[in-house]
Amino acid sequence: MEIIERFLYTKEHEWVNIEDNIGTVGITEYAQSALGDITYVELPGVDKEVEQFEQLLSVESVKSASDIFSPISGRVIEVNEDLADDPSILNRYCYDKGWIVKIEMVDEDETSNLLTADEYRNYLASLDRNDTGDSVED
Amino acid sequence: MALRTPLYQQHIALGAKVVEFGGWDMPLQYPEGIIREHDANRKGCSLFDCSHMGEFIIEGRLEDTGLDRIVTQPLADQSVGTCRYGFALNEKGGTIDDLIVYRLAGKKWMVVVNAANINKDAAHFRANLRSGANFRDVSPALAKLDVQGPLAREVLKPLVSGIEGLAHYACGEFVVLGEKVIVSRTGYTGELGYEVYFPWEKAGRFWETVLADPRVKPTGLGVRDVLRVEVCYPLYGHELSEDISPLQAGLKRFVDGTKDFIGRQAWQAEEHSGPAQKLVCFTAQSRRAPRQGHWLYTGGDVPVGIVVSGTFSPALGAGIGMGFIKKEFTSNSKEIIFGDAKFRERAELVARPFYKLGTLKN
Repeated sequence: MEIIERFLYTKEHEWVNIEDNIGTVGITEYAQSALGDITYVELPGVDKEVEQFEQLLSVESVKSASDIFSPISGRVIEVNEDLADDPSILNRYCYDKGWIVKIEMVDEDETSNLLTADEYRNYLASLDRNDTGDSVED
Repeated sequence: MALRTPLYQQHIALGAKVVEFGGWDMPLQYPEGIIREHDANRKGCSLFDCSHMGEFIIEGRLEDTGLDRIVTQPLADQSVGTCRYGFALNEKGGTIDDLIVYRLAGKKWMVVVNAANINKDAAHFRANLRSGANFRDVSPALAKLDVQGPLAREVLKPLVSGIEGLAHYACGEFVVLGEKVIVSRTGYTGELGYEVYFPWEKAGRFWETVLADPRVKPTGLGVRDVLRVEVCYPLYGHELSEDISPLQAGLKRFVDGTKDFIGRQAWQAEEHSGPAQKLVCFTAQSRRAPRQGHWLYTGGDVPVGIVVSGTFSPALGAGIGMGFIKKEFTSNSKEIIFGDAKFRERAELVARPFYKLGTLKN
């Protein structure tokens, strides 16, 4: 499972790449793989203000809809419009072309609430050990 | 623990994502994903394990069995070697199950029912069949493998001698890999396809032989649901239930109101008064999928109905759904809105089916 060393992660499988005070946000390899073929991305409006770990947007795969949470607090300054036409970019290039939004960060201290690449890798390993399988009702 | 089909190990070996469905561990999808599985079915050939489904054998003289009273389709004029889709209804006119009746011989039928309803249906049949009927639930002995897609006939030709002669909704006994098996030209995807009823413990050989054909891809329950919604086939628990009649679900043509059947009185009363709700099909104006439980609106904030099935349609590139609109809210408007507490999405009411290019009758 690919993990980018310099990114920070959440337990909900979002990544954020912080450069200066701009955080680029996406979903991880684990997330895109678990979702399966992604068919729709509900992009937030530019200027939307979010709190850390608040719902930022939702993505849909053929079988389900999932909320994506913001790794940092701030204001959305750019969204990846390419995802509206071709959501499968998220499956194919989740760490680069598949970025979802850019957020102007308001509180650098929040990064202490996020996982480093190593911590996220260990977290994934712990999930594997506790895997209880999925369920579906139809 | 959930039950397993005879192909469980094959699914695991193929890397399937396994989920519980109707008390069974079933493959939701294989590693290539639902979109590619969809293409395999619509353009090539797909193979489904549906061994979880139920099969009953009923033998006797039709008039002595009571079978005709249990199902909504007339059985007296059904030819040997054909299948009929219909329903078992309760006295209120609600649906106990949707099913297919195979007339295997003059005095022998197979009834195929939904996995989650096997025990309920078997009890209903046993309670309503007469002493002239010999009833057997053969579900544990019969695997069911669906070979579906425009290339299904070509794929089966080398395995099933005489398959070319099987017309739409016909069935027969064939010798396949040395086993005497029932094959029908039926399915749940809107494409040309066959359902093969193989002895449980030998199903692995058939599965592996069909999959050895490079034109065939294994396909799971995930895409099966997408495919059936694209052609507006009902799924029990969604479009049909103990509280939903076939009339409400728009399936009137599978009920013969002129014959005697359990639930007929309620059926006639509802036909007379008009159904309390009606199933509608709608296409979203975006790729957003309607989901079971979303509300339907016509403009205001009061829901006029509810979504019972929905998905993203790879064939249409849009969200598609089916839902019930209450009688008092039906109108001629083609516009509908679906959503929940978080969003509203515009959609258009359309005629069935969503996907019109199926090779079902090729």
